[in-house]
Amino acid sequence: MPDFTQLTADDRAHMLRTIGIDRIEDLFADVPADARHPMLDLPPALTELEASRHLATLAAQNVSVRDWPCFIGGGAYNHYSPSAVGHIMGQPQFYTAYTPYQPEVSQGTLQVSFEFQSLVCDLLGLEVANDSVYDGASAVGEAVLMAQRLTRRERVVLAGSVHPQWREVVHAYVSPRNVDLVTGQLELSSDGLREQRALDLVDEHTACVVVQQPDVFGHVRDLNGLAQAVHERGALLIVCVADATSLGLLKSPGAWGADIATAEGQALGLPLQYGGPWAGLMASKTEYVRQLPGRISGQTTDHAGRRGFVLTLQAREQHIRREKATSNICTSQTLLAIGITAYLSLMGPDGLREVARQSHAKAVYAAARIAQLPGYELVTPKPFYNEFLVRTPLDGLDLRHRLVEKRLLAGVPFLHGMPGFERTLLLAFTEQNTRAEIDQLVRALSEATS
Amino acid sequence: MTTLSPESIELNPGLQPEPLLSELSRPGAPGHQLPALDVPDVDDLGGQVLRPELRLPEVGELDVVRHFTHLAQRNFSIDAVFYPLGSCTMKYNPRINEDVARLPGIAHVHPLQPDETVQGALRIMFELQHLLAEITGFAAATLQPAAGAQGELAGMLMMRAYHLDRGDTQRRKVLVPDSAHGTNPATAAMCGFHTVSIPSDANGNIDLARLQAELDDTVVGLMLTNPSTLGLFEQQLREVTSAVHGVGGLVYGDGANLNAILGVVKPAEMGFDCLHINVHKTFSTPHGSGGPGAGPVVVNARLEPFLPAPVVVLRPDGSYALDYDRPRSIGRLKGFQGHFGILARGYTYIRMHGPDGLRTLSETAVLNANYLKALLSDVFDLAYDRSCMHEFVLSGRRQKTRNGVRTLDIAKRLLDFGIHPPTIYFPLIVDEAIMIEPTESESRTTLDHFAAVMRQIARECEQTPELVRRAPTQQVVGRLDEVTAARKPILRW
Repeated sequence: MPDFTQLTADDRAHMLRTIGIDRIEDLFADVPADARHPMLDLPPALTELEASRHLATLAAQNVSVRDWPCFIGGGAYNHYSPSAVGHIMGQPQFYTAYTPYQPEVSQGTLQVSFEFQSLVCDLLGLEVANDSVYDGASAVGEAVLMAQRLTRRERVVLAGSVHPQWREVVHAYVSPRNVDLVTGQLELSSDGLREQRALDLVDEHTACVVVQQPDVFGHVRDLNGLAQAVHERGALLIVCVADATSLGLLKSPGAWGADIATAEGQALGLPLQYGGPWAGLMASKTEYVRQLPGRISGQTTDHAGRRGFVLTLQAREQHIRREKATSNICTSQTLLAIGITAYLSLMGPDGLREVARQSHAKAVYAAARIAQLPGYELVTPKPFYNEFLVRTPLDGLDLRHRLVEKRLLAGVPFLHGMPGFERTLLLAFTEQNTRAEIDQLVRALSEATS
Repeated sequence: MTTLSPESIELNPGLQPEPLLSELSRPGAPGHQLPALDVPDVDDLGGQVLRPELRLPEVGELDVVRHFTHLAQRNFSIDAVFYPLGSCTMKYNPRINEDVARLPGIAHVHPLQPDETVQGALRIMFELQHLLAEITGFAAATLQPAAGAQGELAGMLMMRAYHLDRGDTQRRKVLVPDSAHGTNPATAAMCGFHTVSIPSDANGNIDLARLQAELDDTVVGLMLTNPSTLGLFEQQLREVTSAVHGVGGLVYGDGANLNAILGVVKPAEMGFDCLHINVHKTFSTPHGSGGPGAGPVVVNARLEPFLPAPVVVLRPDGSYALDYDRPRSIGRLKGFQGHFGILARGYTYIRMHGPDGLRTLSETAVLNANYLKALLSDVFDLAYDRSCMHEFVLSGRRQKTRNGVRTLDIAKRLLDFGIHPPTIYFPLIVDEAIMIEPTESESRTTLDHFAAVMRQIARECEQTPELVRRAPTQQVVGRLDEVTAARKPILRW
């Protein structure tokens, strides 16, 4: 039986004798007899060989982005990850270890976390970072709760151009406390995208303003002056990033004056994995560190003066503070943080800048060609990074299916569902998309409507 | 190349401090190369949006790989050592799970692909929803929560939504036993509720009379871990859950200790209304140095309408789909569909066990724990002298009062023997707690060795207490100065 136990029949007999009982069932006397040992209606056990066949069959029923060209973004991006990243994450001493509660035998994990925090600070342009939260979406939720604690204010203002799923997560995170959550209106008309100014929604009860950069339509926004205006109203600015490779090229959230910044870390070398696990990056100004949620690694020394690392500032966390903690979070995405640290150190500054430059150039090339097709029109204002919205001559979901018939992956369903956005397609590009693939997409878009 | 003088070169350096990436960085060291750009280069991003500088380490690939290899060697892990960390279920992580997660059709699939291109992934999720519901006796499941604590948040938000949906708006009080994980009260607080701690009785059960005294129509519900964090099966479980239901409250199950009761009892049949499942504990997915996990939540029919969206459904035409049409849903707690890479591993593990295999693994986990308890209960005090489930709690109070050796010292001494210590100082209600969970994975040889080491440390506490208090002496660093780390935080290079 492949249950990964190691006891022999003799072992079991010896152990029962040592305990002083006759049968293993005697250990379960506290379980009410009428409920004990229920029938489990489960399929019979598979051997490893059978399981590997079964899972290979199921996996083969999915189209992988290695099979077909992929132009889907919307919060997850098909960037290349050097082979060494997967192998580093595959080191069993990393992936079969637990949270580093015993620092003397967890220096590997703790040092990588410290390095990860340092890299996140540099990328996001802020002073302190944690060892990651669940993902980019929950990072926004945590950032909003943090801003509410820091300002002791309740109202939350979300720009309309923030990823719809991130806005949903913020809603779920703050809804229990009947918080005043307002979202800037967004409209797509024949004149193009019109978005209500987030700043106009800020009042004296406002804790924070949340903007995404580049925004959900790929537009690189000029945030000059926003932080100052938000601060003048006593609120904090939260800047969130979806494709973190953009930070190789673009000004950091901190440089725009953000008080708290978050990013989805997936683009930095993590497999798409149909949605996770990835890692949420989170950084803030130093003065806010005691309200930062999640695990933090800090440098210190041992009795002999040797450098070492420990989990620190734990008085913020649930296992110490219980109901007064900054968050209920007790897991970070450490293995993914290890992967991101490996990715960034392998790429180096030139490598990451090149990923960003190429992703951007490919998107610009594609946009110019698609905009020339009859019935198609670029919606996202320039400049954009590696993603843009186009108006399409037919319903976006129909178009998406027609592209599937041509073995191409494109479009994000959450936008098609928004009123006014039915005839649009959001397209994303990375260094992995060759010119030939882009030309294939352009042909397919043209043929789909003819 | 710098020439080193012979005396500056260490012989046989062993585990020396590993430089930081920033210290390994050499300006100009080549990074990863991309193919030449095959479209026209553009320069349309104005200076006002461009980053003036990008600071990242510059290290060649071999030295990056060596850096992480050196760091990995500085970790204890299940693959290398016995890791009886109570409440964490550090069981063997089967290698097939890793192979499955790396199949191109599992690893390299975009979460926003059209449903017709992800039928295999949706089938895995649909079947996993059913498998988890069947194992625990519930009606439905969400796979979205990223970890146990987020599962708690999902469950409590559903309980809140259930009460509000019935117009029951005055419920603000959440009852939590004093043995509970810290996440329970922290979750209740995130939901805007206040918590009331319920003491445990002399047998380690929840104190029923004290519970009843708190029950009224302001109670949202009870958050209960069963088996408890003391490793004990609640002896009046049905009385407890009925009492909460009697005032219109609900019972939230913290499934941290589900590994003890697979095929033994279905929590739904004991009166729980929902339960989160730690896939990274019970269903063998690796802990990843502290994450990622996955925290699906199973619910009964009352809570089913409030599940986070989307859930995976089977359409009449035999295809699988993501269903967002859930008007009473609590909404969304994270991006996309949950930690699919973890879920696919857990699915594989469950399919390899079947009903009998799951029961065998729980029974073996409980047998291993009771065996270790029998081997250690004469040299350490038992917190509660009852048959335990998959873990048990010792107290180091005898060693503290007689020998001046604290539980922390005992834990550090275990490191010198190449064993990861049990969970210590939790649950909070046991003085000098030592919480031991061997899991079903371990051989009798390993259990006997651990017991022998613990008995030797107990002797050392009496004969050479200073040796224990000084530990560890065999690791890359000794005890670290955590006070200075918190007072003068250095959190980045």
